[in-house]
Amino acid sequence: MKTHEYQAKQILRMSGVPVPRGILATSAFEAEDAARQLGGDVFVVKAQIHAGGRGKAGGVKVVRSAADAGDVAERLLGSKLRTPQTGPEGQEVRKVYVEEGCRIARELYLGMTLDREKRRVTMMASADGGMEIEEVAKKTPERILKVAIDPMVGLSPFQARRLANGLKLQGKTVTEFGRFAKALYDSFIAYDASLAEINPLVVTEAGQVVALDAKMVFDDNALFRHPRVAALRDPWEEDPKEGQARENDLSYIALDGDIGCMVNGAGLAMATMDIIRLSGGAPANFLDVGGGADEQRVTAALKIILADPKVRAVLVNIFGGIMRCDVIANGIVAAAHQVKLKVPLVVRLEGTNVKQGKQILAASGLKIIAADDLGDAATKAVAAAAKQARQGQQEGK
Amino acid sequence: MSIFVDQDTRVVVQGITGAAGSFHAGQMFDYGTKVVAGVTPGRGGTVFQERVPVFDTVHEAVERCGANAAAIFVPPPFAADAILEATDAGVPLVVCITEGIPVLDMVRVSRLLEVTPHTRLIGPNCPGVITPGECKIGIMPGHIHKRGRIGVVSRSGTLTYEAVKQLTDLGYGQSTAVGIGGDPVHGTDFIDCLERFEADPDTDAVILIGEIGGSAEAKAARYARQHMKKPIVGFIAGRTAPPGRRMGHAGAVISGGDDTADAKIAALREAGITVCEGPHLLGKTMHDLLTSGRRKAARRRSRSAAQKKAAPGPAAKVVPAPAAVPAPTAARASGKAAARRVRVA
Repeated sequence: MKTHEYQAKQILRMSGVPVPRGILATSAFEAEDAARQLGGDVFVVKAQIHAGGRGKAGGVKVVRSAADAGDVAERLLGSKLRTPQTGPEGQEVRKVYVEEGCRIARELYLGMTLDREKRRVTMMASADGGMEIEEVAKKTPERILKVAIDPMVGLSPFQARRLANGLKLQGKTVTEFGRFAKALYDSFIAYDASLAEINPLVVTEAGQVVALDAKMVFDDNALFRHPRVAALRDPWEEDPKEGQARENDLSYIALDGDIGCMVNGAGLAMATMDIIRLSGGAPANFLDVGGGADEQRVTAALKIILADPKVRAVLVNIFGGIMRCDVIANGIVAAAHQVKLKVPLVVRLEGTNVKQGKQILAASGLKIIAADDLGDAATKAVAAAAKQARQGQQEGK
Repeated sequence: MSIFVDQDTRVVVQGITGAAGSFHAGQMFDYGTKVVAGVTPGRGGTVFQERVPVFDTVHEAVERCGANAAAIFVPPPFAADAILEATDAGVPLVVCITEGIPVLDMVRVSRLLEVTPHTRLIGPNCPGVITPGECKIGIMPGHIHKRGRIGVVSRSGTLTYEAVKQLTDLGYGQSTAVGIGGDPVHGTDFIDCLERFEADPDTDAVILIGEIGGSAEAKAARYARQHMKKPIVGFIAGRTAPPGRRMGHAGAVISGGDDTADAKIAALREAGITVCEGPHLLGKTMHDLLTSGRRKAARRRSRSAAQKKAAPGPAAKVVPAPAAVPAPTAARASGKAAARRVRVA
């Protein structure tokens, strides 16, 4: 689960990570008031959206007075920011974070994530702060320092010193950095984060180490033991269909094509998208109904797929292992009755109780295109979507 | 022969009284797996479905019933602990089916497994492992499998079923099918399985199914290039997956440049692995590879025989292609004989 910068900073501050003082604002008045409360003569007004690349997109502004903070907030709030991560339609700014400014001597990068190969959490540091770290990793990988952390031991002081030396920090800044890194590691572990990025991590003119920006992503599987983290979810930042899917324990991701997919198992769901492309079509979504889906979940899944106006045909591909085909069939029939099905439905069922499943579908009176195997299903779905598109064009004329 | 499990595998089911555990324990019984005990803390002393005793701890199940494998159906918050318990009880094979275990729990578990080499973990978040006709540990539908000589290893559950079904329909059985799971931190990986399949005299060829995310497939490709003589058919799911979006599996996300499907396909091809374009072609590609291999082998044999006659010398030492592979019809006919050989072995 992704979080906003101000949320990540709250968590880090509580864990002892130095972050600038800041106040969240949802209106221009609040932003101006926030700046007055903070005091000083430099403020930063930062759009709070989940996507990265806000700075380049004009979502981060430095101002010299509280009145200017209000003006910038007025412009940002309600506008749409377009960054490489938001896609062309952009993301609406609904909150800004007003922070005190600081005098920057150096901008660094500090990040933490799982190294899958080493099976360890890894801390990464780079002197190239403020830049896209993926770019640094690609062009000059030697400029990224890494330490893999033993879960039984935690981050050792020597590991922090190695990073500090690599960053060419000196004097008491080395100690400050060590304290910062330890606090970051502790909060990462305490709240089951899957990613933490401090970019930039700044060294101030006074030699302090401060998190100027912060990004934290949390492990969805561990939210059950962190209700406070789970409560930070911002439904405005996600596709409403994806939120609806999550509530029904479905895994759904919206895509650009016109063939809706309902599949059990993530691998088979991806493979189904692939074969649709291979057959000349385009998938409208990724949807994994999961292993233990019941009739209700299948109904919810089909409703979510059909709520997408782009969908011209639906392909249901189920290989029932745990999941029984008769249960799936009942779900399809129930959903089709509930949501007046207007687009063709191609169904491929295989596995446990497949005969009963096929009988249920045949007896339902629904116009279902039955497919024998995966290849056949994809071909039929692509043809059905193309036919639907032609009919749509003719009606349009 | 087979890998990891056979008719001597004695299974304890952890979480046997839960919904998933009891259903699948029943299915495993019905398949013929030697399920010898169950474990649910607090339910010790009871009997599961009038078939096997339930214990409070894995240690008791091992001592009293001689369990040498564990199947874990424990809910995610307690699953990592269940793996540790089985490891501590000295169980040599632990198959964890549970989906949704926190990643940091698995980081700690895998750290412990590094210093307890007596235990092999398969999974988590996997369908399990099956040696058709002998032992099924997991949630895969037993009836689509068939005894035979193709090894299957996959990160995805239902895609494994897809491969197995296609093989069975074409007359090819499986020596063992292993689902290694879709989580970023898991136990047994592709290389462990490839190594075992290569060494297994009853495996002739391998299907390897990967997906986007991580570098396991690229590493497997490097391994195969150096160490595998048996033919491999590969497939990578997620060619059309957008970067940065997690596709269901906690591990299935494109984050860098080398973990895309195309990069992985290229790595597999470079290693001489036959990669099929679509998931529907897994069985057919294997069939084509084996039959063309057979034809080539036959050609090579006749050629070397001819050379032998003409000029006995180094040329005669041409090695015939990997063990002649039975054609589907032959496999079907010799199914029983093969099964018998397995028992004798």
